[in-house]
Amino acid sequence: MVDVVNKKDVSVRFMSGDKACAEGALMAGCNFFAGYPITPATEVAEHMSQRLPATGGIYIQMEDEIASMAAILGASWGGAKSMTATSGPGFSLMMENLGLGIVTETPCVIVDVQRGGPSTGLPTLVSQSDMMQAKWGSHGDYEVIALAPQSPQECFDLTVKAFEYSEQYRLPVFVMMDEVVGHMTEKVEIPSPDSVKPYPRRYTKLPPGEYMPYRPQEDLVPEIVSAGQGYAVHVTGLTHNEKGYPEISAKAQENMVQRLTDKIKKNVKKIVLLEEENLEDAEIVVVSYGISARTAQYPIEKAREEGMKVGFVRLLTVWPFPEEYIDNLAKRIKAFVVPEINLGQIGREVERCAHGQAKVLGITHPGGGLHFPEKVLETIRSAAQ
Amino acid sequence: MSEENMMTENETQEPSVHPMDSWLRQDRLPHIWCSGCGIGPAFSTTISAMKESGYTQEQFAIVSGIGCSSRAAGYLKIDSFHTTHGRAIPYATGLKLAKPDMKVFLFAGDGDLFSIGGNHFIHAARKNMDLTVICINNFIYGMTGGQFSPGTPLGAISSTSPYGNEDSPFNFPHLADAAGAVYVARWTTAHVRQLKKSLVRAFQKKGFSFIEIISPCPTVYGRRNKFPLGIQMMKNLHETSIINHNAKGSELDIQIGKPIVIGNFIDRERETFLERQAAFQERVNKWLKEKKGETGD
Repeated sequence: MVDVVNKKDVSVRFMSGDKACAEGALMAGCNFFAGYPITPATEVAEHMSQRLPATGGIYIQMEDEIASMAAILGASWGGAKSMTATSGPGFSLMMENLGLGIVTETPCVIVDVQRGGPSTGLPTLVSQSDMMQAKWGSHGDYEVIALAPQSPQECFDLTVKAFEYSEQYRLPVFVMMDEVVGHMTEKVEIPSPDSVKPYPRRYTKLPPGEYMPYRPQEDLVPEIVSAGQGYAVHVTGLTHNEKGYPEISAKAQENMVQRLTDKIKKNVKKIVLLEEENLEDAEIVVVSYGISARTAQYPIEKAREEGMKVGFVRLLTVWPFPEEYIDNLAKRIKAFVVPEINLGQIGREVERCAHGQAKVLGITHPGGGLHFPEKVLETIRSAAQ
Repeated sequence: MSEENMMTENETQEPSVHPMDSWLRQDRLPHIWCSGCGIGPAFSTTISAMKESGYTQEQFAIVSGIGCSSRAAGYLKIDSFHTTHGRAIPYATGLKLAKPDMKVFLFAGDGDLFSIGGNHFIHAARKNMDLTVICINNFIYGMTGGQFSPGTPLGAISSTSPYGNEDSPFNFPHLADAAGAVYVARWTTAHVRQLKKSLVRAFQKKGFSFIEIISPCPTVYGRRNKFPLGIQMMKNLHETSIINHNAKGSELDIQIGKPIVIGNFIDRERETFLERQAAFQERVNKWLKEKKGETGD
C-alpha cells in the first residue's frame, strides 16, 4: 500500500466516502467551503456545513457552481485553505473559473463525485466519465493534478494529499471520486491531528517591492502572498509577466504557459502515486483507478489462479499521467487491460503512452453500474492469447 | 503667459506629484481608456472617496470582472483581482469572508455585472454581503466594440442593434433595492462631487452597497447615438439629469430623450452577512459547549 498519510494514534470510524473526504479536508487545514447541492456530492457539503463552523471555519452555500468555484479562489487569495465539492453538471460550470485558478496559480481543492453523464445523466449512479474533463475541461493549455480514491479511507487520505499538492505546486487539485466510493460506508482510520501537519502555504519572505508574484523558485513554483499583507499584488486572468502585470504578447504567453505546464510535467515523478502488484513476471498488466481498480482485484486473482501472468498497476494519481512509466512497462509486456466506467478515457492514455509496444484492451462501461468480474476476466483471457 | 514661458517654468520645477500618484501603479500607465471616456473621472472620484473613507490603502481590495471598467483593478495600487467575466462578486465574497477586516469593493461595467453576472448580483444583495459594488453604466459593451447590453436604452443604436435596441434595459437601482441592498445611489460622471460623497458613504456602510455611475462612451456608444464627443454627453447629463433622492425605484427607468433621475435613493439598516455570521458562530459555540464530547458525524 502507498503510504499517503502518516497514520499515528488512529481512531477507527465507520463513514461514507463523502464524509471521509470532508474529514480529510478538515485534517488538511481546510477552513473555507463554498458549494452548491448536487447528487452524489451533497453529503460532502452537508458534513462541511456541520463541521466547519465547529472548527472555526466558514461554510457558504453559493447561488451555483460557477460562484462556488469563484468563492474558493477568492478565499484562497485571502489566505484560506478552501475547497468545493460537486458532480458532473456542476463540474462543467466550474471549468470557467478553474482556468483562472490555474493561471493565477491559486491553491484550492475541487472534489468531483462522478455520476453518469452527459448532461443530467444518471444523478444517483456511478461513472468515471469526467476524467478527461478534469484534464481538458477549461480552455487553453495547462496541466493539472487529479487523484482517484477507491475507498472511503482513500477519500480521506487523498483529500489530505490534494491539499498538500495544491500548496506545494500552487494550483487547484482534483479529487476524482465516484458515486459508489462517495456513498460506500466502511471503516476509515482517522489519524490524530498532530500526526498530520497541514502543508504550509509557500509565503514569501521578500519585502514588498522586491517580491514578484510569478517569479519561479527552483521547482518552477513561485512563492505566494495573501491579500492584506501589504504587497498590493495584481491578480489577473490575462496573460501576465512575473510581476503579475498583463502582457499581451507571444513571448509572455510562451513564458507563462510553458512554466505552468512544466511545473507539473517536470515534477511528475514526485506527484505520481501508484500501487504495483506482481509486475516482476507480468505479461499482462491491468491498469485502473478508483472503484474500477477495486472491482478488478478479484478477476486478477482468478486469472493468476488460472496460470496467467497478470500484474496490476493502480493509479492513485491519474493526472499528470505517468507517461514514461507506462512506456517502460510496455517495452516488456504483451498487453495492458484497462477497466474503467467510461468509454475509454484513460485506456486511450495508456494506448498513447504504450507507443504500440504492447496491446491495449479497454474494458468500457457507459456508466450506471460497476464492471462484472466475468467481463474483466474474459478480457484478461483474450489478452493472454 | 506665453507657451515659451510655461515651458521654461516647468523645466526649472521638480517633477510634479499628483495627489493620487501613490494610489496608482505608475508603471501600468498610460491606461487603456479612450479620450472622452467617463471611466477616468469615475475612477479618480473613487480614489478620492477611498482617501476620505477612513480606510488605509492596505485595507482596500478591488475585485473586477471583464471589460473597460474592470481594467481599473490593474491601475490601483492596492490588492487587486481582475477576474472572469461577470464573476467578480463571488470572488469578492470569498475574499471578504477570508479577510473580513478588508474593505472589498467592485468596479465593473453594466454588461459584466448585470448580464453575465446578474445572478451573482442579486444573491449577494439578498445575503447583504459586506461589499461595495460600483457599476459604470456606459450603456454598452465597450471593449468588444459596442454591442447592446442590459444597460442600453430601448431604441439605441449599437453594433448588434443597427435598427435600434429592441430589449428594455434593467433599472439597476430598482433591482438592487428589490434584491436587498442597504445603500443604493445613482450619479453621473458630470456629478463628481455628489458622487464622491455617495462613494464615501457606501465605503463606510456595512452590508451590500451599490452605486451606479452613468458614464459616457463616445467611442462606441456616443458616436452612434448623437453624442460623438464625451464632453457633449457630459454636458447633456449635467443639464438634463434630475436629482431626486426620494424617487421610487420604479421611477428610475432610463429612456432616450427623458431626463435621468439621480440621487442617493436608499440608505437603510439590515443585518449584514458578517453580522449574522458572528451571531451564528456564537450559537455554534454554545451548542459545542453543551454537547462537549459528542462529535457530529
